[in-house]
Amino acid sequence: MKKAFKLTAFTLILLLIFTMGFQVYGKSNKTMTVSFQTDITTLDPAIGYDWQNWSIIKSMFNGLMDYKPGTTQLIPDLAASYTVSPDGKTYTFKLRQHVTFGNGREVTASDVKYSLERVLDPQTQSPGSGFYTNIAGADEFSAGKAKTVTGITVPDKYTVKFTLVKPNAAFLHTMALNFAFVVPKEAVAKYGKDFGHHPVGTGAFYLKEWVLGQRLVLAKNPHYHVANQPLLDEIVFQIGLDPTVALLKLQHGEIDLLGDGIPSSRFVEVMKDPKLKKLIVEASQLQTGYVTINTQMKPFDNVKVRQALNMAVNKPRIIQVINGRASVANQILPPLMPGYDPSYKGYPYDPAGAKKLLAEAGFPNGFSTVLYANNVDPNPRIAQMLQQDLANIGIKVELKTLAQSTVIEAGGTKATAPLVWSGGMAWIADYPDPNDFYWPILGSASAAPGGWNWAWYAKAEFDKRAESADVISDPAQQGKRIKLWQGIFTDIMKEDAPWIPIFNEKRYALHSARIGGANALFADPIHIPVYYNGVYAK
Amino acid sequence: MIFSNKLTSGQKKFIRKFLHNKVALFSLAIIGIVMIAAIFAPLIAPYNPARQFINGLTTSGMPKGPGHQFKLGADLLGRDLLTRLIFGARVSMLIGIVANGVAVLLGTLLGTLAGYHQKKIGTAIMRFTDLMMAFPALLLAIALTSILRPSMWIVALVIALVNWVQIARVIYAQVMTIRANEFIEAAIAVGASTRRIIFRHVLPHLIPTLLVYGTLGISTTVLLESTLSFLGVGVQPPTPSWGGIINESQTYFLDAPWLVFFPGLAILLTSLAFNLLGDALRDCFGHEGGNVA
Amino acid sequence: MIKLISRRILQGILILIGVSFITFLLSFALPADPARMLAGKSATPETIASIRHELGLDKPMYYQYGRYLWGLLHGDMGRSYAQKTAVTELIKSRLPATIKLTLAGILIELLIAIPLGVMAALHKNRWSDRAVMLLSFLGVSAPQFALGLILLYVFGYKWSILPLGGYGTPAHIVLPALTLGISGAGWYARIIRSSMVEVLGQQYIRTAKAKGISKSRVVLKHALKNAMLPVVSMIGLDIGVFMSGIVVVESVFDWPGIGQLTWQAIQIIDIPVIIGVVTVSAIAIVLGNLLADLIYPVFDPRIKYQ
Repeated sequence: MKKAFKLTAFTLILLLIFTMGFQVYGKSNKTMTVSFQTDITTLDPAIGYDWQNWSIIKSMFNGLMDYKPGTTQLIPDLAASYTVSPDGKTYTFKLRQHVTFGNGREVTASDVKYSLERVLDPQTQSPGSGFYTNIAGADEFSAGKAKTVTGITVPDKYTVKFTLVKPNAAFLHTMALNFAFVVPKEAVAKYGKDFGHHPVGTGAFYLKEWVLGQRLVLAKNPHYHVANQPLLDEIVFQIGLDPTVALLKLQHGEIDLLGDGIPSSRFVEVMKDPKLKKLIVEASQLQTGYVTINTQMKPFDNVKVRQALNMAVNKPRIIQVINGRASVANQILPPLMPGYDPSYKGYPYDPAGAKKLLAEAGFPNGFSTVLYANNVDPNPRIAQMLQQDLANIGIKVELKTLAQSTVIEAGGTKATAPLVWSGGMAWIADYPDPNDFYWPILGSASAAPGGWNWAWYAKAEFDKRAESADVISDPAQQGKRIKLWQGIFTDIMKEDAPWIPIFNEKRYALHSARIGGANALFADPIHIPVYYNGVYAK
Repeated sequence: MIFSNKLTSGQKKFIRKFLHNKVALFSLAIIGIVMIAAIFAPLIAPYNPARQFINGLTTSGMPKGPGHQFKLGADLLGRDLLTRLIFGARVSMLIGIVANGVAVLLGTLLGTLAGYHQKKIGTAIMRFTDLMMAFPALLLAIALTSILRPSMWIVALVIALVNWVQIARVIYAQVMTIRANEFIEAAIAVGASTRRIIFRHVLPHLIPTLLVYGTLGISTTVLLESTLSFLGVGVQPPTPSWGGIINESQTYFLDAPWLVFFPGLAILLTSLAFNLLGDALRDCFGHEGGNVA
Repeated sequence: MIKLISRRILQGILILIGVSFITFLLSFALPADPARMLAGKSATPETIASIRHELGLDKPMYYQYGRYLWGLLHGDMGRSYAQKTAVTELIKSRLPATIKLTLAGILIELLIAIPLGVMAALHKNRWSDRAVMLLSFLGVSAPQFALGLILLYVFGYKWSILPLGGYGTPAHIVLPALTLGISGAGWYARIIRSSMVEVLGQQYIRTAKAKGISKSRVVLKHALKNAMLPVVSMIGLDIGVFMSGIVVVESVFDWPGIGQLTWQAIQIIDIPVIIGVVTVSAIAIVLGNLLADLIYPVFDPRIKYQ
């Protein structure tokens, strides 16, 4: 007995020694704790391009333009005002004065020019450089033929002027993208490639502490240029928490916001819980989950085969398997996107009709093909359901569930991936304009090696129609422009069916009772999971 | 030789000992069950392993637990778990036998070569095994499978590449001892060819060791395969594999623990059976292992 | 003796050079273009070309190996595709958590293995000995990931007495360390048993018994001390086994160490991180083996370098 006691005591002491140095993170009143499973990759606005760092970066930096919180409506941010020339090719921005970086220096027009040149400089290796190649002189600069981008000029300390090669109705949106956020040259020079871990910006919060793989702490910027923002003193990101564990911690009051959302496995239970249900905010996203059909590979070059595929998939059942967290999609654009066509009903679920179409196309006995999908749950499950649905109309599908980068590589390689399930590949619109759903994923220029047009869909007719829509940059004519886009997307589905739209995912934000803010902030289509600058702690 | 009709006294003694070993018989029975499940899976399994039952899920999309229709419950797509476990035995046994077979072959070949030619080739081979020993098996397998992109045969190949080293080292040590024996000297003296010496005088003495390590190795292989599949770099869906089933269901395990428990049990029992059998074989061969041949 | 030590060290260095060559080959054999992987969605061809040049991918292989080795000597193992952070930095920041878990795992392993091994040796060939041996096989044969998940389910969810994974308080370390310890305890119980059986049969133990020293004193003071020698060196040799276990256990329990880093890197095929972890563990294993070789004679006066 005595020995057993000694042994236990010994063990406990040793365990204590091993666990020393752990610290429990205390909470001040105005702190919000957010859970994430994986670490934040980078906080460099020129580099960061995933849903996790996207809105954190938005709270640490600013661009010329931003969106009204909770909406997709553009508003000036670092710009005090702007003018557009009648031909839609020149944009002149007047900067807000007395805005300072975290190091105390005032932001000037040449910082704006520097930040965009940094993105266009191949040395920076920015994934967003493609958004700005329409600025005059950008190509020459990227190729190393020019020292500066001639299309960006600085007439005075607070004025910056952009000249475009051709009019682009979405140009102001690209100025609100993280890639166009303003960074101080001297801080970039100081930290070099590690700027993403030592970010210096103008935003509502600055980086206070970052322990890789464990936590990231943001603190309030007392000199923030937007009045009455931010409302929190600190945001603590707890890293390495499984979503299921995070939910339990939220119920115990240790976590305020589920960064990864409600885990699908607990979704039904949470929706039933009267206490939790009140804290849920439902939000639609600018997202469509779809299967690309490689229109350049046999037998998918036949439109009848593509239409048959569209009729073969039982979409409600797929939504059942992901616990009902989506709505059926019948077209390319998500409902929230301007240009969505509520009158278009898409292809019906009709396996018998699909079989008939296949027979007409010359495949009465079906054929074999390959479907690529991301390997992160629930995508392998969705891929297996697609496999079963296609088997029902006689198409034998081999699955390749692989890491994201491998699928992207296969999709962007000519004649490699016949079918790709897009889930988990992060195709959420970069900005709320329908042209973001055309040029990068359906335009002929993107049907190229390394591109994102995995249907390898290339039709000059639609490129022309898209261009004629995009030159309308007069805000008064936006209704007409959106109408044009609506026609383009509906006609693509009707005539060519290069995709099988499956569902539009809904997002369910869950926050603790002590965190407050308008529901729209938790359902913000741009800031995911929340508009950090606007929420407060009770 | 071992397969001739007349048994030597050593072999008889071995069989007698083995039949008296209850643990050995128990593990042999488990292995038998797993083997039968693997070979006759389509005949034994209640359903088709790929069939997604609509009534396997509740209306809100949660898998149904063990019950009348699905004896061990359904998985996240409404497929029968028992059926998938039975088909999963195929993957485990196939990879277990193929991967371990290749590893034993490779290990024996290189170990014998190194032990017999102790000069340059031997040193080179043994230094290479030293090098291989510096890599943790699982991490090396992960690196290889993620670079080569996983498929069933790649997984088998990678496991073989990782596992041959141990066998080679054991065989090397044994061949060194055998090489020093008088009867080898004698054979060389009468002008027997190297190949003849190795096949007639060296290899037969290795059979007990090979049987023991061949059996123990399957246990390691089954564990390594299921671990790789659990980590997502093993056998790919929809091919059912025990580790893969757990990987697929991991996020739901608090609500559907049967999806972790039953496959885990299958892995444990199979791995345990091969471990116990290998250990029993080692016991039965005892110190006179060499006489069995 | 000095000659022998320096020979061992030389051997270790040669193996490390071999290790670097193999890890280099692994990164060289990539099917996909690493520059494309680093560049991302909207990158221009100029950006990709710049990355390729920076990585030296436009140079011949021997040049790339030279660069790689030079970098390795300076602690540079490239940058993660996903995080863009230096791999060395990533591993360094996660090392303390892994070391903590490994030590706790070894502790639990010994706490299980020593009593079982000693008991089995004292009751050699009796039913309790057989039971212990069977138990040890059970531990060795259990798949760690399933064991970890089941422990989580029972202790963390059903009974709610321990946290459901994560990092922060001492309670968090119990389940992952237990999972790690149970698997290893099987082998160690066997080693302790056989080493104990050998020691108990030796002359000085019999002498001590004859002198009338109590049995428990003999076992604990004299026999166990000597029987622990092989265990000490085994731990040095077992770093590789632990590294494998760490990947599984940290991914199951969300433990923010090197194993979790590896698991996350596997999901997105972040090759530089995977290869970095392989390299670091290979170095640790070579050093561990060297240390075990060098330390052993210090503990055991009977073994001297000849």
